[in-house]
Amino acid sequence: MDELKKAILDYVVHEYLDEDGDETITADTQLISGGIVDSFSMVSLKRFLEKKYAISIPDRDASPEAFDSVTRIAALVQRLQQGK
Amino acid sequence: MAYSDEARASYGRDLEAIREAGLFKEERYIRSPHAANIEVEYPAGAAGRTVINFCANNYLGLSNHPEVVAAARAGLDRRGYGMSSVRFICGTQDIHRELEERLTAFLGTEDTLLFPSCLDANAGVFEAILNEQDVMIADRLVHASIVDGMRLCSAARDTYKHGSLAHLEEKLQEHQDKRYRLIITDGVFSMDGDLAPLAGIVDLAEKYNAMVFVDESHASGFIGRTGRGTHEHCGVLGRIDIITTTLGKALGGASGGCVSGRREIVELCRQRARPYLFSNTVAPVIVSGALKVMDLVQASTERRDKLEANTRFWREGLTRIGLDIKEGDSPIVPVMLYNAKLAQDVARDLYGEGIYAVGFFFPVVAKGQARIRTQLSAAHEMDHLERGLAAFETVGRKYGILGKNKDEIKDMYGL
Repeated sequence: MDELKKAILDYVVHEYLDEDGDETITADTQLISGGIVDSFSMVSLKRFLEKKYAISIPDRDASPEAFDSVTRIAALVQRLQQGK
Repeated sequence: MAYSDEARASYGRDLEAIREAGLFKEERYIRSPHAANIEVEYPAGAAGRTVINFCANNYLGLSNHPEVVAAARAGLDRRGYGMSSVRFICGTQDIHRELEERLTAFLGTEDTLLFPSCLDANAGVFEAILNEQDVMIADRLVHASIVDGMRLCSAARDTYKHGSLAHLEEKLQEHQDKRYRLIITDGVFSMDGDLAPLAGIVDLAEKYNAMVFVDESHASGFIGRTGRGTHEHCGVLGRIDIITTTLGKALGGASGGCVSGRREIVELCRQRARPYLFSNTVAPVIVSGALKVMDLVQASTERRDKLEANTRFWREGLTRIGLDIKEGDSPIVPVMLYNAKLAQDVARDLYGEGIYAVGFFFPVVAKGQARIRTQLSAAHEMDHLERGLAAFETVGRKYGILGKNKDEIKDMYGL
């Protein structure tokens, strides 16, 4: 789980934070409700997860709530990997 | 009853939630034509009050220019009030085509198609030319109407960090398997007032075989040496595949927009773009006024030169009195306050000083990025600008923010 979270966190930092910004985030930082990721740019995160972990995330699971922190995203990935 | 008590109560709760979040929008009634000074009734029912307008998109001061008004009036007499039709049934007059040709020449493109608004142009263009084999790669700060247009299109969507050529290049590499790649950006970004790095974008587009789309709504008429837009400013005239822009800002400020660009793309919009096909034609009176606007902006650069001088004076003045502004070249000058309540309080106090400017905060801008967006106009005279600066100095002093940077303002007011 920790490795999974780290990979997702690394992607989020690279994909969404400014290179020269002073912002730091953790696995529990609120991404959507915190205004770091919006629904418009969330699509690249979904595509990254689907490709890297060979899963398909149904629209009903790709909710702002499920994507609101790295911890929640990791839980979603794990659940889908287990075929639940 | 179809509109049930439950529905009414539910909508009421939604409105209350908007109010509680401090996001409730109220209109202010203006009792005069647009100019540097406007008469405003605010709050509703209050006596009218003359204030200096620093929040209009009236960049060239043409919204109430006597020659534009006279041309519109003459157009009303010659071509009537309404067309009662969409363009392709019986809604196209000779002057519609004439305006399209004038815009094509001005923007340096191959062809142009008028839309009821630029929002409609952005809503219609993507689905007219792209499908699921393609990808749209947009700057993350593009206008909401572009986001909506992208959502209506079946092509894959992606975004890149605002203004980042390095991130855009990564995305272009990632999507080399697609049939067409379309890079999408604003020319001038409406909230930050900064310009897209169009020269770099066009170079990347050529390197990675992509097309380029630019929304020039906050640029057409005044950005670039002769006001043709961001592509002129960046030295890439003729290298942009699709431009959308509006007649509702610098170019007369009434309404109407267009898609301008490669001939086949424009023609496909004429055949397929739903806001063009299913919405009424731009009224003859607007087209007539816009033709005069094109005469004025092409006859002289005097108005855009004055706007540029006003912008320089305003940016230097705000910096001199110690306010934190977003750097840039455009007449959109955000005064950064970071805290949403502070932005609202400063805007209210500015109004008390006779200055009309509006605070913007999340979700319109990112959290912790609240600001007062000021916009300059060629209609502003030096006296307006000096009074505006004096008001900002008075209000800035009241809140203790003069000479303070982001961290210091954050320490005083929080984010």
